[in-house]
Amino acid sequence: MDLSMGGYGAYVWTCFILAGVVLVVCEWRARLRHRRVYRDIEVRIKALGDSQ
Amino acid sequence: MKPRQQRMLAVGLVVVGVAIATGLTLQAMKDSMMFFVSVTEVAEGKYPDNRNFRVGGLVKDGSVTREEGSLEMNFLVTDLRCDLAVSYSGVLPDLFREGQGVVAHGRLREDGVFAADEILAKHDENYMAPEVADSLAEAEADAAAAKADHVREKTAGLQEGPTGCPSNDS
Amino acid sequence: MWKFIHQLASPPHFYRIAQILIPWLAVPGLLLIGYGTYAGLFLAPMDYQQGDAFRIIYVHVPSAYLSMLAYMTMAVSAGIGLIWRIKLSHAVAAAAAPLGAWFTFLALATGSIWGKPMWGTWWEWGDPRLTSELIMLFLYFGYMALRGAIDDTSKADRASAVLALVGAVNVPIIHFSVEWWSSLHQGPTLIKEGGPAMDPGMLYPLLAMILGFTLVFGALLLRRVRAEVLFRERRTRWVKDLVLSGGN
Repeated sequence: MDLSMGGYGAYVWTCFILAGVVLVVCEWRARLRHRRVYRDIEVRIKALGDSQ
Repeated sequence: MKPRQQRMLAVGLVVVGVAIATGLTLQAMKDSMMFFVSVTEVAEGKYPDNRNFRVGGLVKDGSVTREEGSLEMNFLVTDLRCDLAVSYSGVLPDLFREGQGVVAHGRLREDGVFAADEILAKHDENYMAPEVADSLAEAEADAAAAKADHVREKTAGLQEGPTGCPSNDS
Repeated sequence: MWKFIHQLASPPHFYRIAQILIPWLAVPGLLLIGYGTYAGLFLAPMDYQQGDAFRIIYVHVPSAYLSMLAYMTMAVSAGIGLIWRIKLSHAVAAAAAPLGAWFTFLALATGSIWGKPMWGTWWEWGDPRLTSELIMLFLYFGYMALRGAIDDTSKADRASAVLALVGAVNVPIIHFSVEWWSSLHQGPTLIKEGGPAMDPGMLYPLLAMILGFTLVFGALLLRRVRAEVLFRERRTRWVKDLVLSGGN
């Protein structure tokens, strides 16, 4: 295994790490959005229940 | 017409209309959309006057000369029809070599030499292992040599024809 | 068949089925990406011209392809939503936009990092391929900004759908830009006459990466659509029941 990639290691590894980061960020953002929406609904239902 | 069909028609018209309008606009702007001009176009005088432009082609085999003790270098860029002399001093991309595609940015001097201030390398869409490329090049060279022999036999005694490059002297 | 599609288009059904589907897309997708990354970095031979720098192709091409696939997903869903008034369809369009923007960014960034050592430049203004891909990033931004600017969801759906459809003209322009005009970017390697211009040892990891990225994109899209559906249906009975029962 040649980790230096024939002198292009900095370029190659940056690209692969960047791709990994983008995939993780996409997953994290999607989960975050779902969690926020879910929580807002929970809060609203609770508020409705309390006021009755 | 039902409302749904009306909406379908509207969506269809928007998509087709935008496509036609964009197509016409791009057609009209075709020349300015070109990232670089070819060497033949330069020879025909088809390049923007009074401003820098880009010319693309292959670095002609055996044409690269460097001035000793400086970064100044000269080479020919060819599109296999016309050649253009280029002078440049500066850093070169790793892919720069003879036979390689390049795009030079700069201006055409009075003496017909293209003074480049930036050289970019262009590679093709073929990807292969070095060994494969070597054997392919060998096979091609053999085929070319055989063809050249054949042509020489056929054209023995005939004058060499014009290269086909339009002259810009007039 | 129609019954199945109709059921799927109903938000509660979709919400449940999507949750089941996500791991079936994500797990094979990640396995393919894992294989493609290892094989692309260490097993595939280096390129005869570009050496090891060519390995950037294994993340650049999948992300560039996904940037266009996401746009087509967005535009087609928006069009279906406009014509047939299917709410789920608009939710898919809205969910595809941020993912498309991320993959467009990734395509531009990896292309730039690839361009520096090979072409000799990070970026060239005026190059048709680079410019059309950058325009697509702005189209995604415009789409999301337009949605964000309109509070009423169904109005936002319709206005942004028109923008998505108008911008769709850019997708074929990106693909054919290198053939219609001169560009620093080379022509297509995979989609060309006579088949892909690539050694099999280089090609299979690339195909694995493209398929893997597509599957993971599918999983990400489903996850985003679920959040979108939940938000749009927040005042409905089934969402209330779902949240009260503590379901996900």
